[in-house]
Amino acid sequence: MTGGMSGLGDMDELYEAIILDHYRSPRNTAPVEEADVDLEVNNPFCGDEFHIQLKVEDDAVSQVGITGRGCAISQASASLLAELVEGKSSAEVRAAVDAVRRLLKGEEITDEEADILGDIEALGGVRKFPVRIKCALLSWVGLDDALKEHLAK
Amino acid sequence: MSNLDSNSGAGSRAFDIDAIRADFPILQRKVNGQDLVYLDNAASSQKPSQVIQSLVDYYEQTNSNVHRGVHTLSIEATDAYELARTKVAKFINAPRSEEVIWTRNTSESLNLVAATWAEANVGEGDNIVITAMEHHSNIVPWQQLAFKKGAELRYLSHNDDGVIDLDGASSVIDSRTKLVAATHMSNVLGTINPIAKLAELAHAVGAVILVDAAQSVPHMPVDVQALDADFLCFSAHKMLGPTGIGVLWGRYDLLDAMPPYMFGGDMILEVTYEDANWNDLPYKFEAGTPNIADAIATGAAVDYLSELGMDKVWQHEQELTAYAMEQVLSLGNVRVLGPQDPALRGGVISFIHESIHPHDLGTALDQQGIAIRTGHHCAMPLVRSFDVVAAARASFYIYNTKSEVDALVNGISETEGYFSR
Ligand SMILES: Cc1ncc(COP(=O)(O)O)c(C=O)c1O
Repeated sequence: MTGGMSGLGDMDELYEAIILDHYRSPRNTAPVEEADVDLEVNNPFCGDEFHIQLKVEDDAVSQVGITGRGCAISQASASLLAELVEGKSSAEVRAAVDAVRRLLKGEEITDEEADILGDIEALGGVRKFPVRIKCALLSWVGLDDALKEHLAK
Repeated sequence: MSNLDSNSGAGSRAFDIDAIRADFPILQRKVNGQDLVYLDNAASSQKPSQVIQSLVDYYEQTNSNVHRGVHTLSIEATDAYELARTKVAKFINAPRSEEVIWTRNTSESLNLVAATWAEANVGEGDNIVITAMEHHSNIVPWQQLAFKKGAELRYLSHNDDGVIDLDGASSVIDSRTKLVAATHMSNVLGTINPIAKLAELAHAVGAVILVDAAQSVPHMPVDVQALDADFLCFSAHKMLGPTGIGVLWGRYDLLDAMPPYMFGGDMILEVTYEDANWNDLPYKFEAGTPNIADAIATGAAVDYLSELGMDKVWQHEQELTAYAMEQVLSLGNVRVLGPQDPALRGGVISFIHESIHPHDLGTALDQQGIAIRTGHHCAMPLVRSFDVVAAARASFYIYNTKSEVDALVNGISETEGYFSR
Protein backbone atom coordinates (compact mmCIF):
# COMPACT_ATOMS: atom_id res chain seq x y z
CA MET A 1 0.00 0.00 0.00
CA THR A 2 1.24 3.52 -0.65
CA GLY A 3 0.89 6.67 1.45
CA GLY A 4 -2.22 8.67 2.25
CA MET A 5 -3.93 5.90 4.18
CA SER A 6 -7.24 6.97 5.55
CA GLY A 7 -7.01 8.45 9.01
CA LEU A 8 -3.24 8.57 9.14
CA GLY A 9 -3.21 12.24 8.26
CA ASP A 10 0.18 13.83 7.69
CA MET A 11 2.17 10.69 8.44
CA ASP A 12 3.66 10.61 4.95
CA GLU A 13 5.27 14.00 5.45
CA LEU A 14 7.18 12.63 8.41
CA TYR A 15 7.81 9.14 7.15
CA GLU A 16 8.86 9.72 3.58
CA ALA A 17 9.72 6.65 1.55
CA ILE A 18 13.43 7.33 1.91
CA ILE A 19 13.08 7.54 5.70
CA LEU A 20 11.22 4.25 5.89
CA ASP A 21 13.82 2.67 3.66
CA HIS A 22 16.71 3.71 5.90
CA TYR A 23 14.71 2.68 8.99
CA ARG A 24 14.13 -0.80 7.60
CA SER A 25 17.61 -1.30 6.16
CA PRO A 26 20.05 0.88 8.05
CA ARG A 27 23.41 1.48 6.31
CA ASN A 28 26.89 0.99 7.72
CA THR A 29 25.98 -0.97 10.81
CA ALA A 30 29.14 -3.11 10.90
CA PRO A 31 31.41 -2.37 13.86
CA VAL A 32 34.62 -0.47 13.07
CA GLU A 33 37.88 -2.05 14.24
CA GLU A 34 40.20 0.30 16.11
CA ALA A 35 37.90 3.25 15.68
CA ASP A 36 39.36 6.73 16.19
CA VAL A 37 36.02 8.11 17.32
CA ASP A 38 33.84 5.87 19.43
CA LEU A 39 30.87 7.24 21.29
CA GLU A 40 27.46 6.47 22.69
CA VAL A 41 24.74 9.06 22.30
CA ASN A 42 21.41 8.81 23.98
CA ASN A 43 18.30 10.75 24.63
CA PRO A 44 17.17 9.83 28.13
CA PHE A 45 13.83 11.47 27.44
CA CYS A 46 12.82 8.82 24.93
CA GLY A 47 15.46 6.19 25.56
CA ASP A 48 16.92 6.25 22.06
CA GLU A 49 20.60 5.34 22.01
CA PHE A 50 23.23 4.95 19.30
CA HIS A 51 26.78 3.77 19.16
CA ILE A 52 28.78 5.75 16.60
CA GLN A 53 32.26 4.70 15.45
CA LEU A 54 34.49 6.43 12.92
CA LYS A 55 37.87 5.74 11.48
CA VAL A 56 39.58 8.98 10.48
CA GLU A 57 42.54 8.86 8.10
CA ASP A 58 44.25 11.97 6.73
CA ASP A 59 41.42 14.10 8.07
CA ALA A 60 38.82 12.09 6.17
CA VAL A 61 36.29 9.62 7.53
CA SER A 62 37.37 6.35 5.99
CA GLN A 63 34.97 4.09 7.81
CA VAL A 64 31.79 4.52 9.82
CA GLY A 65 29.67 2.17 11.88
CA ILE A 66 26.44 3.05 13.63
CA THR A 67 24.20 0.76 15.63
CA GLY A 68 21.52 1.47 18.16
CA ARG A 69 17.90 1.50 18.98
CA GLY A 70 15.29 4.14 18.67
CA CYS A 71 12.26 5.25 16.76
CA ALA A 72 12.02 5.16 12.98
CA ILE A 73 13.09 8.79 12.73
CA SER A 74 16.19 8.51 14.90
CA GLN A 75 17.21 5.25 13.24
CA ALA A 76 16.72 6.56 9.72
CA SER A 77 18.55 9.74 10.62
CA ALA A 78 21.52 7.79 12.00
CA SER A 79 21.62 5.66 8.87
CA LEU A 80 21.50 8.72 6.60
CA LEU A 81 24.33 10.18 8.65
CA ALA A 82 26.36 6.99 8.28
CA GLU A 83 25.91 7.13 4.55
CA LEU A 84 26.82 10.79 4.28
CA VAL A 85 29.96 10.97 6.37
CA GLU A 86 31.85 8.16 4.67
CA GLY A 87 34.78 9.65 2.73
CA LYS A 88 34.09 13.20 3.90
CA SER A 89 36.69 15.49 5.43
CA SER A 90 36.05 16.72 8.94
CA ALA A 91 35.23 20.17 7.57
CA GLU A 92 32.68 18.68 5.20
CA VAL A 93 31.13 16.67 7.98
CA ARG A 94 30.88 19.78 10.15
CA ALA A 95 29.24 21.65 7.29
CA ALA A 96 26.73 18.83 6.85
CA VAL A 97 25.91 18.77 10.56
CA ASP A 98 25.36 22.49 10.42
CA ALA A 99 23.10 22.18 7.39
CA VAL A 100 21.04 19.44 9.08
CA ARG A 101 20.61 21.58 12.17
CA ARG A 102 19.34 24.47 10.09
CA LEU A 103 17.11 22.22 7.99
CA LEU A 104 15.45 20.82 11.11
CA LYS A 105 15.06 24.26 12.65
CA GLY A 106 13.18 25.32 9.56
CA GLU A 107 15.83 27.80 8.40
CA GLU A 108 16.57 28.35 4.71
CA ILE A 109 19.31 26.18 3.35
CA THR A 110 21.42 27.14 0.35
CA ASP A 111 21.48 25.20 -2.94
CA GLU A 112 24.99 24.18 -2.10
CA GLU A 113 23.82 22.75 1.23
CA ALA A 114 20.93 20.98 -0.46
CA ASP A 115 23.51 19.29 -2.67
CA ILE A 116 25.47 18.14 0.35
CA LEU A 117 22.37 16.83 2.05
CA GLY A 118 20.82 14.95 -0.88
CA ASP A 119 18.40 12.34 0.55
CA ILE A 120 18.80 13.82 3.99
CA GLU A 121 16.46 16.62 3.01
CA ALA A 122 13.68 14.10 3.59
CA LEU A 123 14.30 14.59 7.32
CA GLY A 124 12.87 18.09 6.92
CA GLY A 125 9.40 16.53 7.33
CA VAL A 126 9.90 16.50 11.10
CA ARG A 127 9.49 20.27 11.18
CA LYS A 128 5.74 19.70 11.23
CA PHE A 129 6.19 17.44 14.25
CA PRO A 130 8.28 19.58 16.60
CA VAL A 131 8.43 17.00 19.39
CA ARG A 132 10.21 14.65 16.99
CA ILE A 133 12.98 17.06 15.97
CA LYS A 134 15.28 15.79 18.69
CA CYS A 135 14.82 12.24 17.37
CA ALA A 136 16.20 13.38 14.03
CA LEU A 137 19.01 15.42 15.60
CA LEU A 138 20.31 12.90 18.10
CA SER A 139 23.04 11.20 16.09
CA TRP A 140 24.10 14.43 14.36
CA VAL A 141 24.65 16.25 17.62
CA GLY A 142 26.61 13.26 18.90
CA LEU A 143 28.77 13.17 15.81
CA ASP A 144 29.46 16.87 16.06
CA ASP A 145 30.61 16.56 19.67
CA ALA A 146 32.74 13.54 18.89
CA LEU A 147 34.47 15.20 15.98
CA LYS A 148 35.19 18.31 18.00
CA GLU A 149 36.75 16.14 20.65
CA HIS A 150 38.76 14.18 18.11
CA LEU A 151 40.09 17.31 16.42
CA ALA A 152 41.07 18.77 19.78
CA LYS A 153 43.30 15.76 20.48
CA MET B 1 -8.33 -0.20 49.77
CA SER B 2 -12.03 0.14 49.21
CA ASN B 3 -13.89 2.11 51.80
CA LEU B 4 -17.55 1.62 51.24
CA ASP B 5 -18.83 3.69 54.11
CA SER B 6 -16.83 6.81 53.31
CA ASN B 7 -18.84 9.61 51.81
CA SER B 8 -17.04 9.29 48.52
CA GLY B 9 -18.23 5.73 47.90
CA ALA B 10 -21.83 5.42 46.87
CA GLY B 11 -22.71 8.57 44.94
CA SER B 12 -26.11 10.04 44.13
CA ARG B 13 -25.81 10.41 40.37
CA ALA B 14 -26.30 7.59 37.88
CA PHE B 15 -23.15 6.57 36.00
CA ASP B 16 -24.50 7.61 32.61
CA ILE B 17 -21.54 7.75 30.26
CA ASP B 18 -23.25 9.97 27.66
CA ALA B 19 -24.26 12.47 30.32
CA ILE B 20 -20.74 12.37 31.76
CA ARG B 21 -19.16 12.96 28.35
CA ALA B 22 -21.48 15.88 27.75
CA ASP B 23 -19.96 17.57 30.82
CA PHE B 24 -16.49 17.70 29.22
CA PRO B 25 -16.30 20.44 26.56
CA ILE B 26 -12.91 19.28 25.29
CA LEU B 27 -14.35 15.95 24.19
CA GLN B 28 -16.16 17.86 21.44
CA ARG B 29 -12.99 18.96 19.73
CA LYS B 30 -11.26 17.42 16.77
CA VAL B 31 -7.59 16.57 16.72
CA ASN B 32 -5.96 16.28 13.32
CA GLY B 33 -9.43 16.20 11.83
CA GLN B 34 -10.53 13.24 13.98
CA ASP B 35 -12.67 12.94 17.10
CA LEU B 36 -10.45 13.27 20.14
CA VAL B 37 -9.87 9.99 21.96
CA TYR B 38 -8.14 11.07 25.15
CA LEU B 39 -6.24 8.20 26.74
CA ASP B 40 -3.58 10.12 28.65
CA ASN B 41 -5.46 10.49 31.90
CA ALA B 42 -2.65 9.26 34.11
CA ALA B 43 -0.70 12.34 33.00
CA SER B 44 -3.59 14.73 33.50
CA SER B 45 -7.35 14.42 33.29
CA GLN B 46 -9.80 16.60 31.40
CA LYS B 47 -12.07 19.01 33.27
CA PRO B 48 -15.88 19.07 33.37
CA SER B 49 -17.77 22.35 32.88
CA GLN B 50 -18.67 22.27 36.58
CA VAL B 51 -14.99 22.72 37.45
CA ILE B 52 -14.31 25.25 34.70
CA GLN B 53 -17.39 27.22 35.75
CA SER B 54 -16.30 27.27 39.38
CA LEU B 55 -13.11 29.06 38.29
CA VAL B 56 -15.10 31.57 36.27
CA ASP B 57 -17.59 32.10 39.11
CA TYR B 58 -14.80 32.65 41.57
CA TYR B 59 -13.06 35.28 39.46
CA GLU B 60 -16.34 36.95 38.44
CA GLN B 61 -18.10 36.90 41.81
CA THR B 62 -15.82 36.26 44.75
CA ASN B 63 -12.23 37.11 43.88
CA SER B 64 -10.38 38.47 46.89
CA ASN B 65 -7.61 37.48 49.27
CA VAL B 66 -8.31 35.03 52.08
CA HIS B 67 -7.85 35.13 55.84
CA ARG B 68 -7.04 38.81 55.95
CA GLY B 69 -10.04 41.01 55.37
CA VAL B 70 -13.23 41.91 57.12
CA HIS B 71 -14.97 42.77 53.88
CA THR B 72 -17.61 40.60 52.25
CA LEU B 73 -15.56 39.32 49.33
CA SER B 74 -12.69 38.27 51.54
CA ILE B 75 -15.07 36.49 53.90
CA GLU B 76 -16.77 34.70 51.00
CA ALA B 77 -13.46 33.74 49.41
CA THR B 78 -12.17 32.43 52.75
CA ASP B 79 -15.33 30.40 53.31
CA ALA B 80 -15.18 28.89 49.82
CA TYR B 81 -11.47 28.12 50.17
CA GLU B 82 -11.99 26.42 53.54
CA LEU B 83 -15.10 24.60 52.34
CA ALA B 84 -13.04 23.06 49.55
CA ARG B 85 -10.55 21.83 52.15
CA THR B 86 -13.39 20.23 54.09
CA LYS B 87 -14.63 18.51 50.94
CA VAL B 88 -11.20 17.06 50.26
CA ALA B 89 -10.91 15.89 53.88
CA LYS B 90 -14.23 14.11 53.64
CA PHE B 91 -13.30 12.62 50.26
CA ILE B 92 -10.31 10.80 51.73
CA ASN B 93 -11.96 10.28 55.12
CA ALA B 94 -9.43 12.43 56.97
CA PRO B 95 -10.28 12.74 60.68
CA ARG B 96 -9.74 16.52 60.63
CA SER B 97 -9.82 19.03 57.80
CA GLU B 98 -6.80 20.88 59.31
CA GLU B 99 -4.79 17.85 58.20
CA VAL B 100 -5.37 18.80 54.56
CA ILE B 101 -2.64 21.12 53.29
CA TRP B 102 -2.81 22.73 49.89
CA THR B 103 0.35 22.43 47.82
CA ARG B 104 1.08 22.85 44.12
CA ASN B 105 1.01 19.15 43.25
CA THR B 106 2.04 15.70 44.42
CA SER B 107 5.69 16.55 43.83
CA GLU B 108 5.53 19.53 46.15
CA SER B 109 3.69 17.50 48.79
CA LEU B 110 6.47 14.91 48.70
CA ASN B 111 9.18 17.55 48.84
CA LEU B 112 7.44 19.18 51.78
CA VAL B 113 7.59 15.96 53.79
CA ALA B 114 11.21 15.37 52.76
CA ALA B 115 12.27 18.89 53.73
CA THR B 116 10.45 19.01 57.06
CA TRP B 117 9.48 15.69 58.63
CA ALA B 118 12.30 13.66 57.12
CA GLU B 119 14.83 16.43 57.65
CA ALA B 120 14.02 16.32 61.36
CA ASN B 121 13.58 12.56 61.76
CA VAL B 122 16.00 10.74 59.46
CA GLY B 123 19.63 10.53 60.58
CA GLU B 124 22.87 8.83 59.67
CA GLY B 125 22.55 5.06 59.41
CA ASP B 126 18.75 5.20 59.22
CA ASN B 127 16.98 4.00 56.12
CA ILE B 128 14.09 5.04 53.91
CA VAL B 129 12.23 2.32 52.05
CA ILE B 130 10.46 2.93 48.76
CA THR B 131 9.27 0.58 46.02
CA ALA B 132 11.08 -0.04 42.76
CA MET B 133 8.04 1.26 40.86
CA GLU B 134 7.97 4.86 42.06
CA HIS B 135 7.52 7.97 39.95
CA HIS B 136 10.66 10.15 39.91
CA SER B 137 8.82 12.49 42.29
CA ASN B 138 8.82 9.79 44.95
CA ILE B 139 12.45 8.74 44.34
CA VAL B 140 14.57 11.84 43.94
CA PRO B 141 13.58 13.71 47.15
CA TRP B 142 14.52 10.60 49.17
CA GLN B 143 17.75 10.03 47.24
CA GLN B 144 18.78 13.59 47.95
CA LEU B 145 17.82 13.35 51.59
CA ALA B 146 19.70 10.06 51.97
CA PHE B 147 22.84 11.61 50.44
CA LYS B 148 22.59 14.57 52.75
CA LYS B 149 21.95 12.60 55.93
CA GLY B 150 24.14 9.59 55.27
CA ALA B 151 21.00 7.49 55.32
CA GLU B 152 20.28 4.49 53.12
CA LEU B 153 17.62 4.35 50.42
CA ARG B 154 16.21 0.84 50.08
CA TYR B 155 13.86 -0.60 47.50
CA LEU B 156 11.04 -3.09 47.80
CA SER B 157 11.19 -5.43 44.83
CA HIS B 158 8.38 -6.74 42.68
CA ASN B 159 7.95 -9.80 40.50
CA ASP B 160 7.82 -9.85 36.68
CA ASP B 161 4.13 -9.01 36.86
CA GLY B 162 4.89 -5.89 38.87
CA VAL B 163 3.46 -7.23 42.13
CA ILE B 164 5.32 -6.24 45.33
CA ASP B 165 7.13 -8.98 47.19
CA LEU B 166 5.57 -8.64 50.64
CA ASP B 167 7.59 -11.48 52.15
CA GLY B 168 10.76 -9.72 51.09
CA ALA B 169 9.41 -6.44 52.45
CA SER B 170 9.51 -7.69 56.02
CA SER B 171 13.28 -8.07 55.80
CA VAL B 172 13.89 -4.79 53.95
CA ILE B 173 11.92 -2.80 56.52
CA ASP B 174 13.88 -3.02 59.76
CA SER B 175 14.54 -1.28 63.05
CA ARG B 176 16.50 1.52 61.31
CA THR B 177 13.66 2.27 58.89
CA LYS B 178 12.20 5.71 59.51
CA LEU B 179 9.95 6.03 56.50
CA VAL B 180 8.23 3.75 54.00
CA ALA B 181 7.09 5.72 50.94
CA ALA B 182 5.07 3.80 48.36
CA THR B 183 2.84 4.54 45.45
CA HIS B 184 -0.73 3.38 45.94
CA MET B 185 -1.07 2.71 42.24
CA SER B 186 1.79 2.61 39.77
CA ASN B 187 1.53 5.12 36.93
CA VAL B 188 3.37 2.68 34.65
CA LEU B 189 2.34 -0.82 35.69
CA GLY B 190 -1.12 -0.07 37.02
CA THR B 191 -0.26 -2.20 40.06
CA ILE B 192 -2.27 -1.46 43.16
CA ASN B 193 0.02 -1.84 46.12
CA PRO B 194 -0.96 -3.35 49.50
CA ILE B 195 -0.64 -0.10 51.43
CA ALA B 196 -2.41 -1.26 54.59
CA LYS B 197 0.00 -4.21 54.83
CA LEU B 198 3.02 -1.98 54.25
CA ALA B 199 1.66 0.37 56.91
CA GLU B 200 1.53 -2.53 59.33
CA LEU B 201 5.16 -3.44 58.58
CA ALA B 202 6.23 0.18 58.90
CA HIS B 203 4.38 0.79 62.14
CA ALA B 204 5.71 -2.43 63.64
CA VAL B 205 9.23 -0.95 63.51
CA GLY B 206 8.12 2.54 64.52
CA ALA B 207 8.41 3.95 60.99
CA VAL B 208 5.99 6.26 59.25
CA ILE B 209 4.24 5.44 55.97
CA LEU B 210 3.74 7.92 53.16
CA VAL B 211 1.41 7.11 50.28
CA ASP B 212 1.84 8.58 46.81
CA ALA B 213 -1.83 8.56 45.91
CA ALA B 214 -1.50 10.59 42.69
CA GLN B 215 -2.95 7.68 40.70
CA SER B 216 -5.34 6.28 43.29
CA VAL B 217 -7.34 9.16 44.74
CA PRO B 218 -8.66 10.11 41.26
CA HIS B 219 -9.81 6.59 40.47
CA MET B 220 -10.85 4.61 43.54
CA PRO B 221 -12.25 5.14 47.00
CA VAL B 222 -9.33 6.09 49.25
CA ASP B 223 -9.67 6.18 53.01
CA VAL B 224 -6.59 7.38 54.87
CA GLN B 225 -7.81 5.76 58.09
CA ALA B 226 -8.52 2.37 56.54
CA LEU B 227 -5.07 2.47 54.93
CA ASP B 228 -3.56 3.46 58.28
CA ALA B 229 -1.47 5.99 56.38
CA ASP B 230 0.59 8.75 57.98
CA PHE B 231 1.03 10.97 54.92
CA LEU B 232 -0.81 10.89 51.60
CA CYS B 233 -0.15 13.04 48.54
CA PHE B 234 -2.09 13.73 45.35
CA SER B 235 -2.65 16.29 42.57
CA ALA B 236 -5.95 17.90 41.59
CA HIS B 237 -5.12 17.99 37.89
CA LYS B 238 -5.35 14.21 37.62
CA MET B 239 -8.82 14.14 39.20
CA LEU B 240 -10.83 16.62 37.11
CA GLY B 241 -9.40 19.62 38.95
CA PRO B 242 -7.17 22.45 37.76
CA THR B 243 -3.39 22.39 37.42
CA GLY B 244 -1.27 24.11 40.02
CA ILE B 245 -2.87 22.62 43.09
CA GLY B 246 -2.32 19.47 45.09
CA VAL B 247 -2.78 18.07 48.54
CA LEU B 248 -0.67 16.83 51.38
CA TRP B 249 -2.65 15.03 54.00
CA GLY B 250 -0.85 14.06 57.20
CA ARG B 251 -1.70 12.89 60.69
CA TYR B 252 -2.35 15.86 62.91
CA ASP B 253 0.28 14.96 65.52
CA LEU B 254 2.97 14.52 62.85
CA LEU B 255 2.13 17.75 61.04
CA ASP B 256 1.90 19.63 64.27
CA ALA B 257 5.39 18.57 65.33
CA MET B 258 6.96 19.34 61.95
CA PRO B 259 8.93 22.52 61.26
CA PRO B 260 7.46 24.83 58.58
CA TYR B 261 8.35 24.37 54.92
CA MET B 262 8.25 27.98 53.74
CA PHE B 263 8.13 31.20 55.64
CA GLY B 264 6.04 34.30 55.06
CA GLY B 265 2.59 35.70 55.44
CA ASP B 266 -0.28 33.57 56.75
CA MET B 267 1.99 30.91 58.20
CA ILE B 268 2.92 32.99 61.23
CA LEU B 269 1.03 33.73 64.39
CA GLU B 270 3.13 36.57 65.67
CA VAL B 271 6.19 38.31 64.28
CA THR B 272 8.53 40.63 66.14
CA TYR B 273 11.68 42.22 64.83
CA GLU B 274 13.59 39.46 66.60
CA ASP B 275 11.57 36.31 66.00
CA ALA B 276 8.34 34.72 64.88
CA ASN B 277 6.15 31.82 65.87
CA TRP B 278 4.03 29.61 63.72
CA ASN B 279 0.37 29.58 62.96
CA ASP B 280 -1.80 26.53 63.60
CA LEU B 281 -2.43 23.79 61.10
CA PRO B 282 -2.99 23.88 58.20
CA TYR B 283 -1.77 27.46 57.84
CA LYS B 284 1.68 26.72 59.17
CA PHE B 285 2.33 25.05 55.81
CA GLU B 286 0.58 27.59 53.60
CA ALA B 287 2.89 30.60 53.40
CA GLY B 288 1.73 33.51 51.31
CA THR B 289 -1.45 34.01 49.30
CA PRO B 290 -2.58 30.50 48.40
CA ASN B 291 -3.99 29.21 45.13
CA ILE B 292 -7.51 30.20 46.12
CA ALA B 293 -9.32 29.78 42.82
CA ASP B 294 -7.84 26.37 42.11
CA ALA B 295 -8.50 25.13 45.63
CA ILE B 296 -12.15 26.06 45.22
CA ALA B 297 -12.25 24.36 41.81
CA THR B 298 -10.71 21.27 43.40
CA GLY B 299 -13.72 21.28 45.70
CA ALA B 300 -15.93 21.29 42.60
CA ALA B 301 -13.97 18.34 41.18
CA VAL B 302 -14.43 16.44 44.44
CA ASP B 303 -18.16 17.22 44.33
CA TYR B 304 -18.33 15.88 40.78
CA LEU B 305 -16.58 12.63 41.67
CA SER B 306 -18.53 12.23 44.92
CA GLU B 307 -21.84 12.61 43.11
CA LEU B 308 -20.85 9.81 40.77
CA GLY B 309 -19.46 7.81 43.66
CA MET B 310 -15.91 6.51 43.69
CA ASP B 311 -17.13 2.91 43.79
CA LYS B 312 -18.81 3.42 40.44
CA VAL B 313 -15.82 5.31 39.03
CA TRP B 314 -13.58 2.40 40.01
CA GLN B 315 -16.00 -0.19 38.65
CA HIS B 316 -16.21 1.62 35.31
CA GLU B 317 -12.44 1.73 35.02
CA GLN B 318 -12.05 -1.90 36.04
CA GLU B 319 -14.44 -2.97 33.29
CA LEU B 320 -12.73 -0.79 30.74
CA THR B 321 -9.28 -2.01 31.78
CA ALA B 322 -10.27 -5.67 31.56
CA TYR B 323 -11.73 -5.04 28.11
CA ALA B 324 -8.70 -3.05 26.95
CA MET B 325 -6.22 -5.68 28.20
CA GLU B 326 -8.09 -8.35 26.30
CA GLN B 327 -8.31 -6.29 23.11
CA VAL B 328 -4.74 -5.03 23.13
CA LEU B 329 -3.32 -8.48 23.87
CA SER B 330 -5.44 -9.97 21.10
CA LEU B 331 -3.26 -8.05 18.64
CA GLY B 332 -0.71 -10.76 19.35
CA ASN B 333 2.43 -8.66 19.03
CA VAL B 334 2.02 -6.44 22.04
CA ARG B 335 3.31 -7.00 25.56
CA VAL B 336 1.52 -5.33 28.47
CA LEU B 337 3.65 -4.41 31.48
CA GLY B 338 2.40 -5.00 35.01
CA PRO B 339 -0.18 -7.40 36.44
CA GLN B 340 -1.75 -9.56 33.76
CA ASP B 341 -4.82 -10.03 35.95
CA PRO B 342 -6.97 -6.91 35.46
CA ALA B 343 -8.35 -7.30 38.98
CA LEU B 344 -4.91 -6.45 40.41
CA ARG B 345 -4.49 -3.20 38.53
CA GLY B 346 -5.95 0.15 37.74
CA GLY B 347 -6.76 1.77 34.41
CA VAL B 348 -3.22 2.29 33.18
CA ILE B 349 -1.96 0.05 30.41
CA SER B 350 1.67 0.40 29.39
CA PHE B 351 2.56 -1.69 26.42
CA ILE B 352 5.34 -2.46 24.02
CA HIS B 353 4.79 -3.36 20.41
CA GLU B 354 7.28 -5.86 19.10
CA SER B 355 8.21 -3.83 16.03
CA ILE B 356 6.86 -0.29 16.35
CA HIS B 357 8.72 2.14 18.61
CA PRO B 358 6.42 3.91 21.10
CA HIS B 359 7.19 7.32 19.60
CA ASP B 360 6.29 6.26 16.10
CA LEU B 361 3.12 4.71 17.48
CA GLY B 362 2.34 7.87 19.48
CA THR B 363 2.70 10.07 16.41
CA ALA B 364 0.61 7.71 14.25
CA LEU B 365 -2.16 7.50 16.85
CA ASP B 366 -2.12 11.27 17.27
CA GLN B 367 -2.76 11.57 13.55
CA GLN B 368 -5.88 9.52 14.24
CA GLY B 369 -6.94 11.82 17.10
CA ILE B 370 -5.86 9.35 19.80
CA ALA B 371 -3.79 10.78 22.66
CA ILE B 372 -1.56 8.31 24.49
CA ARG B 373 1.65 8.84 26.42
CA THR B 374 4.98 7.53 25.21
CA GLY B 375 8.40 7.45 26.83
CA HIS B 376 9.70 6.58 30.26
CA HIS B 377 6.66 7.93 32.17
CA CYS B 378 8.86 9.60 34.77
CA ALA B 379 9.93 6.18 35.99
CA MET B 380 13.20 5.58 34.16
CA PRO B 381 14.65 2.89 36.45
CA LEU B 382 11.39 0.95 36.38
CA VAL B 383 10.91 1.07 32.61
CA ARG B 384 14.55 0.05 32.14
CA SER B 385 14.06 -2.90 34.48
CA PHE B 386 11.74 -4.36 31.85
CA ASP B 387 14.63 -4.19 29.43
CA VAL B 388 13.05 -1.48 27.34
CA VAL B 389 13.75 2.22 27.27
CA ALA B 390 10.30 3.45 26.45
CA ALA B 391 6.73 2.25 26.44
CA ALA B 392 3.38 3.42 25.14
CA ARG B 393 0.69 4.00 27.75
CA ALA B 394 -3.07 4.28 27.51
CA SER B 395 -4.85 5.37 30.68
CA PHE B 396 -8.55 5.71 31.31
CA TYR B 397 -11.01 7.82 33.20
CA ILE B 398 -14.73 8.22 33.77
CA TYR B 399 -15.50 9.50 30.26
CA ASN B 400 -13.68 6.79 28.31
CA THR B 401 -15.67 4.14 26.49
CA LYS B 402 -15.20 0.69 25.00
CA SER B 403 -15.52 2.19 21.55
CA GLU B 404 -12.52 4.41 22.37
CA VAL B 405 -10.61 1.28 23.33
CA ASP B 406 -11.64 -0.14 19.96
CA ALA B 407 -10.36 3.03 18.30
CA LEU B 408 -7.02 2.54 20.04
CA VAL B 409 -6.70 -1.08 18.99
CA ASN B 410 -7.75 -0.25 15.47
CA GLY B 411 -5.29 2.62 15.47
CA ILE B 412 -2.46 0.28 16.43
CA SER B 413 -3.45 -2.07 13.58
CA GLU B 414 -3.55 0.84 11.12
CA THR B 415 -0.08 1.85 12.27
CA GLU B 416 1.20 -1.68 11.76
CA GLY B 417 -0.24 -1.55 8.27
CA TYR B 418 1.45 1.76 7.64
CA PHE B 419 4.90 0.64 8.71
CA SER B 420 4.74 -2.69 6.92
CA ARG B 421 3.78 -1.23 3.55
C1 LIG C 1 2.42 8.04 40.81
C2 LIG C 1 2.72 9.49 40.59
N1 LIG C 1 3.38 10.18 41.52
C3 LIG C 1 3.66 11.48 41.38
C4 LIG C 1 3.30 12.16 40.25
C5 LIG C 1 3.66 13.61 40.13
O1 LIG C 1 2.53 14.40 40.07
P1 LIG C 1 2.69 15.95 39.79
O2 LIG C 1 3.40 16.06 38.49
O3 LIG C 1 1.28 16.45 39.71
O4 LIG C 1 3.46 16.53 40.92
C6 LIG C 1 2.62 11.49 39.24
C7 LIG C 1 2.22 12.20 38.01
O5 LIG C 1 2.69 12.04 36.93
C8 LIG C 1 2.34 10.12 39.40
O6 LIG C 1 1.72 9.43 38.46
